[in-house]
Amino acid sequence: MIAQTLAVLLLLGAAPSTEPPAAPPERVLRVCADPNNLPFSNQRQEGLENRLAELLARELKATVQYTWWAQRRGFIRNTLKAGLCDVVLGVPADFELALTTRPYYRSTYVFVYRKDRGLKLGSLEDEALRTLKVGVHLIGDDMANTPPAHALARRGIVNNVVGYTLYGDYTQENPPSALIEAVRRGEVDVAIAWGPLAGYFALRPGPELEVVPVQPRKDTATGLPFVFDISVGVRRGDKALKAELEAALSRRRPEVEALLTEYGVPRP
Amino acid sequence: MPLPAQDTSSSPPALNSVLGTRALLVALVLALLPACKDKSPKPPASTASGAKSPQLDKAQFDVSQLQEDDTQWVMAAKNHANTRFSRLTDINATNVKDLKVAWTYSTGFVRGHEAAPLVVGDTMYVVTPFPNHLVALDLSKEGAPMKWVYEPQPSPAAQGVACCDHVNRGAAYADGRLFYNTLDNHTVAVDAQTGKELWKTKLGDINKGETMTMAPLVVRDKVIVGNSGGEFGVRGWAAALSTKTGAVLWRAYSTGPDSDVLIGPNFKPFYEQDRGKDLGVKSWPPEQWKIGGGTVWGWLSYDPELDLLYYGTGNPGPWNPEQRPGDNKWTCGIFARKPDTGEAVWFYQWSPHDLFDHDGINEAIITNLTVNGQPRKVLIHPGRTGYVYVLDRATGEVLSAVPFAHITTSKGVDLKTGKLVPVLEKSPGLGKTVRDICPAAPGAKDWSPAAFSPQTGLLYIPGNNLCQDEQGLEANYIAGTPYLGANVRMYPGPGGNGGEFIAWDVLNGKKVWSIPELFPVFSGALVTAGDVVFYGTMDGWFKALHARTGQELWKFKVGSGIIGQPITFRGPDGTQYVSVLSGVGGWAGAIVAGQLDPRDQSAALGFANAMKELPKYTTRGGMLYTFRLP
Repeated sequence: MIAQTLAVLLLLGAAPSTEPPAAPPERVLRVCADPNNLPFSNQRQEGLENRLAELLARELKATVQYTWWAQRRGFIRNTLKAGLCDVVLGVPADFELALTTRPYYRSTYVFVYRKDRGLKLGSLEDEALRTLKVGVHLIGDDMANTPPAHALARRGIVNNVVGYTLYGDYTQENPPSALIEAVRRGEVDVAIAWGPLAGYFALRPGPELEVVPVQPRKDTATGLPFVFDISVGVRRGDKALKAELEAALSRRRPEVEALLTEYGVPRP
Repeated sequence: MPLPAQDTSSSPPALNSVLGTRALLVALVLALLPACKDKSPKPPASTASGAKSPQLDKAQFDVSQLQEDDTQWVMAAKNHANTRFSRLTDINATNVKDLKVAWTYSTGFVRGHEAAPLVVGDTMYVVTPFPNHLVALDLSKEGAPMKWVYEPQPSPAAQGVACCDHVNRGAAYADGRLFYNTLDNHTVAVDAQTGKELWKTKLGDINKGETMTMAPLVVRDKVIVGNSGGEFGVRGWAAALSTKTGAVLWRAYSTGPDSDVLIGPNFKPFYEQDRGKDLGVKSWPPEQWKIGGGTVWGWLSYDPELDLLYYGTGNPGPWNPEQRPGDNKWTCGIFARKPDTGEAVWFYQWSPHDLFDHDGINEAIITNLTVNGQPRKVLIHPGRTGYVYVLDRATGEVLSAVPFAHITTSKGVDLKTGKLVPVLEKSPGLGKTVRDICPAAPGAKDWSPAAFSPQTGLLYIPGNNLCQDEQGLEANYIAGTPYLGANVRMYPGPGGNGGEFIAWDVLNGKKVWSIPELFPVFSGALVTAGDVVFYGTMDGWFKALHARTGQELWKFKVGSGIIGQPITFRGPDGTQYVSVLSGVGGWAGAIVAGQLDPRDQSAALGFANAMKELPKYTTRGGMLYTFRLP
């Protein structure tokens, strides 16, 4: 309890002493983030969302403070909803668990394959997907999976599909990146992955990778979207903060764009 | 406690306990957990290992004799047969109306309390939900004061991995020590007298999605345990450890080649579909068994006569059904194994190619019945699929499978082939609307263990009455990646009651009586030779019914909903007591324990919708109640 009281005091900018505070309390932007998930965020603050947090905090004349939590089932409940932090920097625009700002980028699922393989893929209808070894991210049973996982299954493309759990092995850096590494190592011929992840890891040294947006944007076989709008999320009801963040995002649009480019985010 | 790494942010350290990147972080967990420390002076270290104390003398027998002693309760399911039947009769149908609280004990935690307390000699042992403390209470003193608390200190990160609240189903006692599992995949052995850790074995990895929640079973000199985490691509297994040293003696996987599943020349399944080489590989598309699920998070039972160990396997995961054509062996089934070697003797699949998350982990209760004039050694399994199965436990033959709940997902079990007959139009598919799927994912009965009275011949089933709709698509987001799932919404089945407590005549395959309950019955059941059956409800009533008629004889309102397992014992004072943990939670109670938002219909995988009224009836808690006659 002492720790909590102390924390609250510090949050209010009051040093735990008897002296009156000299300066007005400084504002803090409390961000909920995954400590081990580039390109989005990590504890060394090397991620796109770390950089965006700094940008927005400067705009709000605040300093950034993180609550680190692996982005798994219960992430929103245990961080944002528990009141430990106030902002999640990347959520789908129609995400129900948070109040979302106007989207600040749109990305797409992409085909990722090695340049030296001489492949040419771009559509879910490409016949080559029936014979190549295709890697996808898996999330769970109960019909909850990534659009490419659903779309391939619906086409009966099953025996040549390799699943990588999105959770991966958390003892490794950036567990979801195992799917992209599998392409580099030749474990799979092609992966169908979420754009920002593929785009960022394609920038890393090693065999060159092609990153091609999946066509069509809405799969005919399943009706699933392959393109998603991404927003900043705040607690439901936190309308004032949402408005502030929206204003900051639009004022800083050029810097946001530059960040997205720097991190290799595919933007269809 | 994690060591803080370099604090790179500009926030106060008190609010920002930072871990290294190589570990998950549960922020503030230390500030939020109530301290719970052993206040008593440390007992002197035991000089002679295995030194017997006079008060533990009667507990020094082999566990197979110990389980017959009704003054004690030495394993979660009472005995190897999993009957949860006690021969004690001091508390009986005539006088149970006078039952009173004798004493209570607050665990200090407020997540789901699913454990069965154990009683060995003059001591009661309670395992709490995460952080999995083991508390010893002195039954020989007034008010059962604490003797000691053992704290295994599991990694806080385990809480972020567990699918369905941070539960633990209890311990097992043998040979002067207690064995139980921690959420972060350790099995521990603790000296029953001193609370000193004797060994601790790591069996799985939270970083790969594994957790452990089940109650172990001891057979001779082995303690048998299994894993949880089927939704996360974990490969299921059961393992046997030496009770003496904690060394892993065998581990049997639920998927993969025969060599991993411990299938050898002695494997003789009853049905043809289970015969053949490496079916744990061949009944999946290539390589898919490697993340195939089939976790072992439920109940184990053992028959000394046949020397067979029985346990069920969980659902296949994380592949959608469309992605895993085939039977997906050996998920959603039951294994019979030799406890010494782990080798499989037979297997039966309750739900081949499971579509509904109908794990096969519910208990197998061992008894002998006369079937068609023939005495048969059977096991009874009230399944998630909605049938009470009676199997020949020597061979795995299905003798009967009769619905005990409202079922729309299957037409029955073909006794010739042993196959469940699915209703094709209830097959879920992404973007397809399927309504009225009954039983819903938690099944007609979830993990909550039934009791069987050889005296009444009745099986007492803590049941769910839940259906679900799957419709439309729901955008979700994990680890920076948008994905889609079917929008699942559970709701009470016919009659509008979420649960039902059922007395089932096993011999004649029919319901004798049942009590509708507002919410799913998520507690265990207990039945006694005094013809009383006990169970708890999620809205916080602990009930005693007449075991033959179902007449309510007594009830008591506890502080928080009950999902624990009631037990009974005779204390050192010669009096019969009944104990149960209250503390709502688990998958069903996550809406209270995990403080889910009732507006999120799909929270807790759609379970929250069926439970949205629960917060009006109960709040979080963690309290052991012990009752006696005045």
